[in-house]
Amino acid sequence: MTPPFPFHGGLKTVRHKTESNRETILPGSVPERLVVPLRQHVGAIAKPLVQAGDRVLKGQMIGQPDGYVSAAVHAPTSGRVVAVDQQPVPHPSGLPDWCVTIESDGQDRWIERTPVDYQRMHPSDLRNFVRNAGVVGLGGAVFPSAVKMNLSGHCERLEQLILNGAECEPWMTCDDLIMRERAVEIVAGIHILAHLLQPREVLIGIEDDKPEAIAAMNAACSGTGYQVRPVPTRYPSGGAKQLTKLLTNKEAPVNGRSTDIGVQCFNVATAYTLHRAVAHGEPVISRIVTVTGHIAQPRNIDALLGSSFADLIARCGGYREGVERLIMGGPMMGFAMHSDGVPVTKATNCILAVGADALVEPPVMPCIRCGDCVEVCPANLLPQQLYWHARAKEFDKIQDYHLFSCIECGCCSYVCPSHIPLVQYYRYAKNEIWALEKEKQRAELARRRHQARMERLEREQREREAKLRQKAPPRTASPLDGATAGQSPAEPALAAPASIAVNVERSE
Amino acid sequence: MMMIVAIVALGALAGASGLLLGFAAIRFKIEGDPVVERIDALLPQTQCGQCGYVGCRSYAEAIAAGEADINQCPPGGQGGVAALADLLGRDPKPLDPELGPEKPKMVAVIDEQSCIGCTLCIQACPVDAILGAAKHMHTVIARECTGCELCLAPCPVDCIHMQPISPTITTWKWVYPAAEARAAA
Ligand code: SF4
Ligand code: SF4
Ligand code: SF4
Repeated sequence: MTPPFPFHGGLKTVRHKTESNRETILPGSVPERLVVPLRQHVGAIAKPLVQAGDRVLKGQMIGQPDGYVSAAVHAPTSGRVVAVDQQPVPHPSGLPDWCVTIESDGQDRWIERTPVDYQRMHPSDLRNFVRNAGVVGLGGAVFPSAVKMNLSGHCERLEQLILNGAECEPWMTCDDLIMRERAVEIVAGIHILAHLLQPREVLIGIEDDKPEAIAAMNAACSGTGYQVRPVPTRYPSGGAKQLTKLLTNKEAPVNGRSTDIGVQCFNVATAYTLHRAVAHGEPVISRIVTVTGHIAQPRNIDALLGSSFADLIARCGGYREGVERLIMGGPMMGFAMHSDGVPVTKATNCILAVGADALVEPPVMPCIRCGDCVEVCPANLLPQQLYWHARAKEFDKIQDYHLFSCIECGCCSYVCPSHIPLVQYYRYAKNEIWALEKEKQRAELARRRHQARMERLEREQREREAKLRQKAPPRTASPLDGATAGQSPAEPALAAPASIAVNVERSE
Repeated sequence: MMMIVAIVALGALAGASGLLLGFAAIRFKIEGDPVVERIDALLPQTQCGQCGYVGCRSYAEAIAAGEADINQCPPGGQGGVAALADLLGRDPKPLDPELGPEKPKMVAVIDEQSCIGCTLCIQACPVDAILGAAKHMHTVIARECTGCELCLAPCPVDCIHMQPISPTITTWKWVYPAAEARAAA
């Protein structure tokens, strides 16, 4: 067999790429106010380094990575911090999260930028640099790249380094445009990844509906040995597992990592930001966002992080009549937003305005066990079984059907003739299972603390008794009693033991 | 004479082994009983005493000994009863309404302005989640508070109240799909 090696299932969706990919990337403007969330990545939220009133320069770190799986956050322009508080963020809940709000001073003045020579750096220092530059996966998953740039323990050496330029979501074109316009810099970023990971081969997967991007990447890769591999246009070819299968015919084990089969996968836009950080000392403060759908002039914008969705939509000529819903991400995997007042984050690959005409939601009917969902599932799951168990809230059984291998691609919901919102069930079930797990951990903590308290009370009781006996007239006290009491410490103040117990617990 | 010696010796032996067995029963009872462990693992560990026992562990022991029913833990709720029923192979039953309703989880908050530093709440807290010293302001470690409410009553100035735990971006959950709930009904 020759590549590409098809993955199971998937869909041919109606494409809407040309709406937004005919124009070049529109350079971003500097809005008066930027709201920069401190949580723009998977892992621990960044710790704020500034407070209201502070002056900041463009590119200055305003949020420090908190631990290994975390990433820094930087000021997208120069100005004054007006608040560090909870603000609306692009999240399906509509709940606020910690943000740094910056009022621009209009000067857009950079902090001193210090490029590094990655070839002479210790790998660990380079990864730290990458974490401090705020580099995360820009395909939408926003996983800190520094973590993925470390193979230690998982495999000796990487077989394939895969660059993901598939971009299979029907409306999204931000990766298409960045490959067309910035291919040389993407390839420079790939050099850094290849230097660190030492792969046997470098494969760049691009869906074959992007001939311009393929040509640009081919030109930029000439002489490097990196292979640009067009893959058939079939959703979800851009899923890391699906693209890996397409390009290498390899599949990671259930619950396994891609490095178990010697593969690591990065988005093309991530490679671009990696190059900007290393070679120019520029941290991640902007990203390309596709603004499309029911919009006057759909387009890609190089937007500063923290700009509001409304700003970007205004720059594209505003909404067209009759917008019913605003989605971040694509129609298949994206989330509806509660307002357009939320800021662009590293996860904002696409802003899609949906008109009423496209929002027909036919009534949900009972499952007829047609098996269509099984046919299309790219993760080789049994979606209708998952559905039955999620519906019945059977959270043990649903895991026997590998709920957590579901990539929430939406293929099953898309084809279901009964219009059952299958993915919503899977998201619900995953959340419930995580919550139960957390609850269990909390209960275990409480159990241990209660036990520690009971033991302490018992000990104090014994000590009190010993002391009483010691105070009693000597003729009734046996020599033994006196000895124990003499060794026991003086009774502490009433409240003190609690704090001691707390300290002991915490230092564990 | 021989007879008496034998009786005394045997009696002593029996008495000694009886004592030994009794001691062993007490000494190894708690650690060694897997049923109690498994029941305890299903209880919410709120340690509130609403079940009528000093804590979850004692309630677990009472259930194992057949002294308590499985529907006496309000914080565990109906889900908790179902889990116990499943473990013990019994039929689930409704929560005993006498012992209080099933409530959403809360956390205790001390109004630090009114606190007089009497330390009474510290003595009441079953998980040592309250910090403070005599005549100094007290505070609740929210992460460790189980929401048992045991600190409310002892406070002489009523400065402790329970606050619902509102969801944050990290605790928020997708809800059960509504469209389907309608279709299924
Ligand atoms: S596609 Fe829909 S109706 Fe058909 S088996 Fe799957 S869930 Fe049931
Ligand atoms: S959403 Fe999950 S179950 Fe449905 S097709 Fe995609 S991977 Fe399979
Ligand atoms: S009612 Fe439930 S949570 Fe409270 S002590 Fe009893 S078993 Fe524990």
